[in-house]
Amino acid sequence: MSKRSNLVVIGNGPVGHSFLESLVESGNSGNYNIIVFGEEPRPAYDRVHLTHWFKTRDAADINMVEEGFYQANDITLYTSDKITDIDRSRKVVTSQSGQEISYDKIILATGSFPFVPPVPGHKRDNVFVYRTIEDLEEITAAAQTGKVGTVIGGGLLGLEAAKALKDLELETHVVEFAPRLMAVQVDDGGGNMLRKKITDLGVSVHTQKNTQNISDGDNAFHKMSFADGEVLETDIIVFSAGIRPRDELARSSDLKLGERGGIVINNNCLTSDADIYAIGEVALWDNKIYGLIAPGNAMAQAACDHLTGAGTSEFAGADMSTKLKLMGVDVASIGDAHGNTPNSRSYTYVNDREEVYKKIVVSSDDKYLLGAVLIGDASEYGTLLQYMLNKMELPAEPEGLILPQTDGKSAGLGVDALPDTAQLCSCMNVTKADVVNAVEAGAVNIGDIKTVTKAATGCGGCSALVTQVLNSELEKLGVEVNTDLCEHFSYTRQDLLNIIRVEQIKSFEDLIAKHGSGLGCDICKPTVGSLLASCWNDYILKKPLHALQDTNDYFMGNMQKDGTYSIVPRIPGGEITPDKLIVLGEVAKKYNLYTKITGGQRVDLFGARSEQLPLIWQILVDAGFETGHAYGKSLRTVKSCVGSTWCRYGVQDSMEMAILLENRYKGLRSPHKLKMAVSGCTRECAEAQSKDVGIIATENGWNMYVCGNGGMKPRHADLFASDLDDVTLIRYIDRFYMFYVRTADRLQRTSVWMDNMEGGLDYLKSVIIDDKLSVCEELEKEMSGIVNTYQCEWKTTLKDPERMARFSHFVNSDKQDENVVFIQEREQIRPRNKTESIEVVTID
Amino acid sequence: MSKWVDICNLDEILPNMGRCALFEDQQVAIFRVIKAGKELLYAINNYCPFSEANVLSRGIIGSLADKVVIASPIYKQHFDLTNGLCVEDESVSLKTYEVRLEGNTVQLAG
Repeated sequence: MSKRSNLVVIGNGPVGHSFLESLVESGNSGNYNIIVFGEEPRPAYDRVHLTHWFKTRDAADINMVEEGFYQANDITLYTSDKITDIDRSRKVVTSQSGQEISYDKIILATGSFPFVPPVPGHKRDNVFVYRTIEDLEEITAAAQTGKVGTVIGGGLLGLEAAKALKDLELETHVVEFAPRLMAVQVDDGGGNMLRKKITDLGVSVHTQKNTQNISDGDNAFHKMSFADGEVLETDIIVFSAGIRPRDELARSSDLKLGERGGIVINNNCLTSDADIYAIGEVALWDNKIYGLIAPGNAMAQAACDHLTGAGTSEFAGADMSTKLKLMGVDVASIGDAHGNTPNSRSYTYVNDREEVYKKIVVSSDDKYLLGAVLIGDASEYGTLLQYMLNKMELPAEPEGLILPQTDGKSAGLGVDALPDTAQLCSCMNVTKADVVNAVEAGAVNIGDIKTVTKAATGCGGCSALVTQVLNSELEKLGVEVNTDLCEHFSYTRQDLLNIIRVEQIKSFEDLIAKHGSGLGCDICKPTVGSLLASCWNDYILKKPLHALQDTNDYFMGNMQKDGTYSIVPRIPGGEITPDKLIVLGEVAKKYNLYTKITGGQRVDLFGARSEQLPLIWQILVDAGFETGHAYGKSLRTVKSCVGSTWCRYGVQDSMEMAILLENRYKGLRSPHKLKMAVSGCTRECAEAQSKDVGIIATENGWNMYVCGNGGMKPRHADLFASDLDDVTLIRYIDRFYMFYVRTADRLQRTSVWMDNMEGGLDYLKSVIIDDKLSVCEELEKEMSGIVNTYQCEWKTTLKDPERMARFSHFVNSDKQDENVVFIQEREQIRPRNKTESIEVVTID
Repeated sequence: MSKWVDICNLDEILPNMGRCALFEDQQVAIFRVIKAGKELLYAINNYCPFSEANVLSRGIIGSLADKVVIASPIYKQHFDLTNGLCVEDESVSLKTYEVRLEGNTVQLAG
């Protein structure tokens, strides 16, 4: 076996990490000793989404590195240690901590640093840049005492920084040297509209301001003096005046640089030294520095292909078109946004009421799209970008592409017209062919596509387009996306719910007679049972609803592998008195039940025979317990920490909230089980971010998270709303759950529901918070109907002798099932396993 | 000639449900199916060979194409109630029993 060569990766930012991922994916990482140096204290994180850090103040939220990635791929990572010297003659690098490592190849991915113009006073306290998590931490600390914050620089990053200051509740100003915001990407008209929208949001915009001096303020920490004689007082200043490549290592080791900095690279991302590659914002290709993530990823791939020989991709420049949401304002810029191409034509649409600005730039013969600017509504971005990138011929009157459609149809191209090479997702470099292949390999929904191709997992701007391609391909393959519930109903779960609601149907027999066929089955019966419960909330064993229930719901216990049941009484919030705990112990002892504490902070009692269930429940109900619905597709538990009552860190009474929520939503029948948690502070001991609805206390109220999941496919919950008071919190949860109950598929957890939702979190917010569909009143009414008709199913059952008779194992004998046999293990019972089975008497 | 044995009253088995009966020392799952307004009774062995547990009487009754089936409550295999054949795996079949309604009494025969 040949000796592995030493590959040193200098820089552990997003592009450096992207290189590592490409290398691992190529299957060649085993050929190298990979040593990575990063000067920051933590592994690579997603700088593009830096502002997300403000939502949770948790670096884990923007972490880019899958757990165990370095260990699994045998990569050595040194954080908080940067390379200070490259000795090209000895082929050795030296780090700040004094490590000397010989190399065979180097990947330079040192990125860039924020440019701070040498204005007098720029080194004063409370002057920051906006690049790393540490910068954000310092800005946050300074905002505790400051009232006014100012960003110098009205570019893309400057506006991101302004949003951060706004979120820190500072009076926010943006100071820009040019006559408009985002001068590079946006034309005058677009810049005006953008300014208007951002000013509406409470940010003061000052353009054509040249900062000449920063000194002590009279009423604030700083006074900024501008060339035109005006002044602005502010407590905090954040510089966002562009970036400069971190090329000092190349400089000291005599690699070829550009006139204004940047390490010169060729199409393989090789520098002037054949053993050293440079990628990302430090690299200069064709005299251009690319300050976006997508070109950085493309360079990483090109360098990896050249190094390993595993591929042939080269870096050939990149399209700088971009689409983003700045403080909730859609902004997009494509190609030649300013119409600089000689003889080009422009078409502009301005709507002052809606505050929308759209412009396209086309060739002199109206045939090809050259550029576009979209402010306030960027829904045409995907279509326009494809027209430009693929040089596709425009429709006869190209202005139709940006004019509002009165007939409700969308203008422009069908996705079938796109070539296979069309790049749908620029962040992850996913082409139409990649999506088509994924569909052919069996992907049937946007969730699958995301998993297989990573499309729409970066900025997400392409998700509508990717979905269109997906649907079109499915149709072509003749994969009729059969959404029928089962052979008895040619409807989706959602259709059936609407039918039940509109026609006021109260029984399965009625529904199948009018809208289905056959006898039903083990799929449609429990589904309809759940829908009827969600709509009318009748006692689930009321005739004839009983015949729809899965055995777990029918026996109100969880059937185990040997046919016995487990019992889980409700313990709201996990709070239990010693007396009740003793009752549980006594019952378990009397009936010899295997006893286990669950993950949801309650107690599970296993090994109850069906005929024992009513006897056991009689004792539990007498002691004040209610059913825990552990058997149902319904709310399980609301996990909680003790909160501010006992904990020195708690900021709200999470215990009281958890009990309130559990009692409110208990018994709600839903498409799948529901789990909740409430944490009393940001330490998150209740693990709320892995729940369908998670609540985390803040100083000012509650942060609400939605659609998290543990289990088979974990998903971190999304922050849905912040600092809610009790009433608003409950209102949002009511709406959220009823909307989920109404629209999800059978057995679809909230996490998958969210992953498949067109428009994602923003759409959900618009429905629940802004009431875009005008359904919130109805949703709340339905929920209050459910809450007001709650009954403990066990309590109801115990009152009815006829129902009690059904629990015996035999209809004609008091004998027990002889096949249920227990073995003692660790001082408790367990079912006997196959090797312990003796001859089964019941089989012929 | 089979000998008919009284098991229970019809109303001890709810419509579209099953119950387990002890018959000649064996566990027999009896199902009361309402199809097009008619009362139909079926009887198969209660033992599910996939889960090795006596649970079939607690499954959900349904139809697959023209077969009347019971779904095992543990791993959800379907058994044809007329002949005991497993729909998913025809090499597996369960013993069936003769069952009838005599007046209001459900009767089984071997």
